[in-house]
Amino acid sequence: MPRLFCDGREIELRAGQRVLDALSDAGVVVPSSCRVGACQSCLVQATRGRPPAESQVGLKASLQAQAYFLACQATPTEDLEISLAGAAALEVRASIRSVDRLAADVLRVTLEPMQPFPYRAGQFLTLLREDGLARAYSLASLPTDKHLELHVRVVPQGKMSAWLESASAVGSSVRLRGPSGDCCYLPGYPTQSLVLVGVGTGLAPLWGILREALAANHQGGIELWHGGRTPESLYLSDELMALATAHRNFSYRACALESRGPSEVTVGHLDQLLLEAIPSFAGRRVYLCGDAGLVQLLKRKVFLAGASLQEIHADPFVSSK
Amino acid sequence: MSIYDELGGAAAIDAAVDIFYRKMLIDERVASYFEAVDMERQRGKQKAFLTMVLGGPNLYTGKDMRHAHAHLVQRGLNDSHVDVVIEHLGSTLRELGANEQQIAAVAAVANSARDDVLNR
Repeated sequence: MPRLFCDGREIELRAGQRVLDALSDAGVVVPSSCRVGACQSCLVQATRGRPPAESQVGLKASLQAQAYFLACQATPTEDLEISLAGAAALEVRASIRSVDRLAADVLRVTLEPMQPFPYRAGQFLTLLREDGLARAYSLASLPTDKHLELHVRVVPQGKMSAWLESASAVGSSVRLRGPSGDCCYLPGYPTQSLVLVGVGTGLAPLWGILREALAANHQGGIELWHGGRTPESLYLSDELMALATAHRNFSYRACALESRGPSEVTVGHLDQLLLEAIPSFAGRRVYLCGDAGLVQLLKRKVFLAGASLQEIHADPFVSSK
Repeated sequence: MSIYDELGGAAAIDAAVDIFYRKMLIDERVASYFEAVDMERQRGKQKAFLTMVLGGPNLYTGKDMRHAHAHLVQRGLNDSHVDVVIEHLGSTLRELGANEQQIAAVAAVANSARDDVLNR
């Protein structure tokens, strides 16, 4: 009979027994609700072994690709090692290589991991300082880049960002946990139209996803919308404009809430500008990253404008001090 | 063969959930019950509901239905809201090509959950 490995425990499965039942019989608590593979409450990740296909029905392709499955639908035929946290609980040491400023309140931080840190563009990691202070940041780099790159918003009274801004950060040793998240480019849909929308440092995951899509020679149209309070708060504009010039299927839209002087940037509310420009989102794959309130608002609007919920990748940021 | 299978099984349910959920969100008679609700989780619940009323594989229990809606009943959920759900269920199925006989059969199943939903 196949076995389950979970949190250092080994659990023998009975014939036909589902993973969810085996775990709960063994006293391992897994959230669950409908038990019919619909509600996805019992989502877990296989870290070794392959989850049965029927336990991945209805999951987003990006979750399937990362071996997530529904414990209530899984009657495995082979040994499985599973992570209840969903994210692989690996911690890797890294050193801070550089910190420079992308905009008045945005830092670019590059990190060099001491061990391999496999990830997909658009995922996020948890950065831990030596004293245990932890913050999550999206990866802006590509796995093929030499270093990991993060875009860190300087939060007023923010402990981590104040430290990263200080002279003592560069050269320091930190720990990384993760990566997590399914805000990733999906190969296999080369002609689908992609709409990437980021506010503030929500550009970070999109900067990775965009470059991965272009490197994969994505054929469908790609629009990247970057919103900020003022034109000056938008960053990487020159690089994005250069990419738009080089790739016929890519366009870049910069939007600001307010502008003091004349500017190339469109002024207005990002959600309104987006919906005016794209009245129907049917068939499009949409990435929404940044401030949680705005991401939730955009998600609802884009869904009502025809996007399928399964094709909306939302990465809401919640800032802490 | 259940209506669930006739409409195309799990894949059809995914399409149906998007259409149905959209209708509920823009209908001001019921929209307030969906404010501040996690959309992914809500989608999962609606998928379970649609699977149940279409006769797909499910483990429906009236107890779960009562529990899930108890706090909404306290906020005034009543028969008129269940009527709205059944109305949108019908128009969703119509868009997916179901005939009126099938729609009536599904409405009857949904109606059978009415007392559980309203905690009566």
